[in-house]
Amino acid sequence: MSGADPWARLRAATPARIGLGRSGAGLPTRANLEFQFAHARARDAVHAPLDLAMLKDQLEGLDPVTVTSAAPDRATYLRRPDLGRRLSDEADLSGVTGEVLFVLGDGLSSAALEAHGAAVLRACLDRLGDTDVARPVIATQSRVALGDAIAQATGARIAVMLIGERPGLTVADSLGAYITYMARPGTPDSRRNCISNIHTRGGLSADLAAHKICWLLRQALRLELTGTGLKENAGALEAPGTTVGLPDS
Amino acid sequence: MAYRTLLGGETFRFDTLAQVMACATPARSGDELAGIAAESDVQRVAAQMVLADLPLSTFLTEALIPYETDEVTRLILDTHDAAAFAPVRSMTLGDFRDWLLSDAASPATLAALAPGLTPEMVAAAAKLMRNRDLIAVARKCHVTTAFRTTLGLEGRLGSRLQPNHPADDLQGIAASTLDGLSYGIGDAVIGINPATDNIPTATELLLMLDELIAKYDIPTQTCVLTHVTNTIEMIGAGAPVDLVFQSVAGTEKANEGFGVTLAMLDDARQAALSLNRGTVGTNVMYFETGQGSALSADAHHGIDQQTLEARAQAVTRAFDPLIVNTVVGFIGPEYLFDGREIIRAGLEDHFCGKLMGVPMGCDVCYTNHAEADQNDMDVLMTLLADARVHFLIGVPGADDIMLNYQSLSFHDIAYLRNTFGLRAAPEFETWLARTGIVSGTGQLTDDRAATLRLLEAG
Repeated sequence: MSGADPWARLRAATPARIGLGRSGAGLPTRANLEFQFAHARARDAVHAPLDLAMLKDQLEGLDPVTVTSAAPDRATYLRRPDLGRRLSDEADLSGVTGEVLFVLGDGLSSAALEAHGAAVLRACLDRLGDTDVARPVIATQSRVALGDAIAQATGARIAVMLIGERPGLTVADSLGAYITYMARPGTPDSRRNCISNIHTRGGLSADLAAHKICWLLRQALRLELTGTGLKENAGALEAPGTTVGLPDS
Repeated sequence: MAYRTLLGGETFRFDTLAQVMACATPARSGDELAGIAAESDVQRVAAQMVLADLPLSTFLTEALIPYETDEVTRLILDTHDAAAFAPVRSMTLGDFRDWLLSDAASPATLAALAPGLTPEMVAAAAKLMRNRDLIAVARKCHVTTAFRTTLGLEGRLGSRLQPNHPADDLQGIAASTLDGLSYGIGDAVIGINPATDNIPTATELLLMLDELIAKYDIPTQTCVLTHVTNTIEMIGAGAPVDLVFQSVAGTEKANEGFGVTLAMLDDARQAALSLNRGTVGTNVMYFETGQGSALSADAHHGIDQQTLEARAQAVTRAFDPLIVNTVVGFIGPEYLFDGREIIRAGLEDHFCGKLMGVPMGCDVCYTNHAEADQNDMDVLMTLLADARVHFLIGVPGADDIMLNYQSLSFHDIAYLRNTFGLRAAPEFETWLARTGIVSGTGQLTDDRAATLRLLEAG
């Protein structure tokens, strides 16, 4: 046992920065520099634009419609969340109709949408069978509530916003899903259900996320509500995928 | 009624008390986003001059948000203690600031005054204060609370151990918890933010933490930070709930955005009290607040975010909390743009809470889309420790892998204790000393044998 890293076993259980060691009460030099590197990368992720062509390729056959919010650029988007919740004047949603609406938003991490958006959407569509699902909408410079404006414009009964979450140090490509019954501008957050941390470094797999999203969708359509009145209780998958993994270091 | 002042040959006019308050607030992005910030630095000073001449009692007769339509206003005015307020009732805001800084405002005097102060009064006083003033006064406000540990005692610095995991994995959370314990963290609470709003998961997490502190015989309290309605359900189902958590805001409408009412909070507190799980005290509530929450819920009524934060703290005061913290840099740069604004807000929030008698702590934190970094957090945590903050939050390596933001590391809290001679809560410190993690005077030692023993037992 002597010489072995006593944290090795525990480190396998979480991507958290445990067992870093210490210099006095301070961080050792190596750990300190690794942290600075991760922060620099996360800052870059916030500002990277969505690769729209790549996302459209991933959505081939699903005929997505693209809109932007009223925030013209990233700098404005970061300071003006109100603009990120409104559609730009040019947005055209005339070809989008259906009871259930999926919106794919860049949010604060376009990398998250590029990595997991199409996979989650397709896994949901596989489960929704004969449900009346609208053409998917891709939305850039988007906040969660932009889904409300899009749902209103299309008349959807329920909106699922798949959106990039704020980049963290360990995971810069985490996707969140917000499910809102009768989403309309002004809907309070307490009327949404959220599935967060959809990613491959210890988060939810696309398949498990879709399982939970679709469970919530069905309950929402039956009970005609989402939010604090609807508790997510989907239970485990029959054969769960890898939901806990190692950080790729 | 309009407010006017002459400054540098120019007349400044403010139409409402709310406008005076908003314009008098040190600059920050959230008030600019709301369109209520001062238009120039000179206008800001003019508003501060108006504020300095206003009687403190103005806030008892002029509600910023109408009494009839907002239950937070009703709570503030209906529970105001006129007898406690009497010693300062004839002061202006300027007089009040001077008095707070003087020796006459002793710890005992300030403690007796707290129930006589409304959030609007303390928010207004903060607007007239520099950062050093906020520290000097807050340090004189002693607030003690207890459940299984006693927090807020002289020379102590509490800590929340936050072992979050993106998939709520029990082993992963236990691993982070052991890491934190090895730095002496966790005397305020071991508290998990669950990744999903799911009662079976929250219950599993609660059972795991309860078993863990029983196995190691650690005197502390645990919490799963889920919605208050979930916690009420869990208590009903017999889960081992120590503390009830809820995020709250400073207006009825913003609280509606959180899905809570004052009546629900009272029900939850009664339910937790009925379990009778505390050993040295009965403070069973844990609240989080933060500047910008009302604006983000479109429920700010034209009131500046610092004043609304103080009102949120007044909400927490009504429920005798064990711990309250502002999540100061969490909401994002649209509310507090950079390190400078985050540091200022952290000191304001701590000052306002303590002056009202709230056991105020802080999540010293920032997000990756804010113009801030760990150096800014070093400054704020050191200032707050000097101001005798109730508790701070620590996560492994300062990186919360579930909520995707940076808080303090366990190392940081150990630094504050070691460098400034601060100590953990006495009950918890006894356990730390017994395991060999800290020295007889409460400092983390360089001896790693205690950590190895902790890991081998796990």
